[in-house]
Amino acid sequence: MSLVELHAIYKSFGELEVLKGIDLRIEEGQVIALIGRSGSGKSTLLRAINGLETINDGTIMVAGKKVGDRDTDLLTLRLNVGMVFQQFNLFPHYTALENVMLSPQVVKKLSKAEAKEVAEEMLIKVGLSDKMLHYPDQLSGGQQQRVAIARALAMKPRVLLCDEVTSALDPELVNEVLAVVRQLAEEGMTLVMVTHEMRFAREVCDKLVFMHQGRIHESGAPEDVFANPKTPELANFVGGLAGAA
Amino acid sequence: MSEFTLWDIVYNLALAARWTVLLSLTAFVLGGGVGLLLLMARTAGNPWAMRLVRGYVELFQGTPLLMQLFIVFFGLPLIGIDVSPWVAAMLGLTLFTSAFLTEIWRGCVESIGFGQWEASASLGMNFRQQMRYIILPQALRIAVPPTVGFSVQVVKGTAVASIIGFVELTKAGTMITNATYAPFTVYGCVAVFYFLICYPLSLYARHLEGKLRHVAR
Repeated sequence: MSLVELHAIYKSFGELEVLKGIDLRIEEGQVIALIGRSGSGKSTLLRAINGLETINDGTIMVAGKKVGDRDTDLLTLRLNVGMVFQQFNLFPHYTALENVMLSPQVVKKLSKAEAKEVAEEMLIKVGLSDKMLHYPDQLSGGQQQRVAIARALAMKPRVLLCDEVTSALDPELVNEVLAVVRQLAEEGMTLVMVTHEMRFAREVCDKLVFMHQGRIHESGAPEDVFANPKTPELANFVGGLAGAA
Repeated sequence: MSEFTLWDIVYNLALAARWTVLLSLTAFVLGGGVGLLLLMARTAGNPWAMRLVRGYVELFQGTPLLMQLFIVFFGLPLIGIDVSPWVAAMLGLTLFTSAFLTEIWRGCVESIGFGQWEASASLGMNFRQQMRYIILPQALRIAVPPTVGFSVQVVKGTAVASIIGFVELTKAGTMITNATYAPFTVYGCVAVFYFLICYPLSLYARHLEGKLRHVAR
């Protein structure tokens, strides 16, 4: 049984069909990268896995249970699936520690002491033990994104979704965030990331999923996908990257 | 009646000014309460409630306060409810205040970025938890300066109540003018009183705005 199973997912924004029948299995411990041009539907797919986009058709199963329309189903989904955003989206009126503590306390009903313990553990994990009492605007972009990762991890999700987590960062801050993601991957965390960091994807991921015009066009082990693209679209995409680099 | 000294004028105006302050406070507190309820109705997502609140706001923003007072004061007796000038003024100003505060506060709630809603949703929070822990704390901070600023409008708006015979600062000024035939002196004093009430509020609003600019959180 896969941790997350997507079956025949369709999603449209008005006339525009963005996802055209996506099937994807996410296995426990797997690290998956979604790649493709902008507009190919990768971010929409990621957001659908977290219930931030309502799908028009198809099923999402988490740990063998179908996610339905009920609010409790959505809550169950989100307790299993954490998300980190491109723009961090930290809560500016709370300190780093409070950002991480809030949901365990409010949603999971942990006591303040328990929540604090979890939050401190996660902030130490992302290397921010000395920044716990700082507010987001006192932190660099890389530090903010690490707080956001800690915040998602504090809910103990089984899958972590990363939506272009380094795209909004200055180049010199990218590596500190990638290092945290790499560490999570090495610890066996299940990860699905939309990324433009191809080298990183190649090194860290078990599986690359290439999306094109709302469909999964090709997928497989990173070295295969990069070395032997089977379709001209992927070859083109990979070639374009090589040309740019 | 001709021996009205400047002191008498100021003293009598000061007595009347208490009613201006009381009327402002009442309208502001009640209007704030009604405004908050309307804000919830407006943001909770029911399309009919949204339309109703929008209509309400547009009605009060699109008509002069004086007409609103007239309608309350002369309209309610037509359906058998006799209202004193005090009640009419209070009611009219409360409705007026609630409409404007709803609109000010709605803007504040909507200025909170969509990312805040999404991040809190992705962490499993429901609408109530999002409002309580994420949206309202941030919206309230933004709302304080324009809300305090609007209170100045309420204070000045109370002058309109003089027309329906409620004795507050402006009405007292008119009455004293009738007795003294010294309109310039009297209304000059009236203006000074309004200024003394409003200026500190304006200063405070500006102070809050400055503070908000430095501290984004």
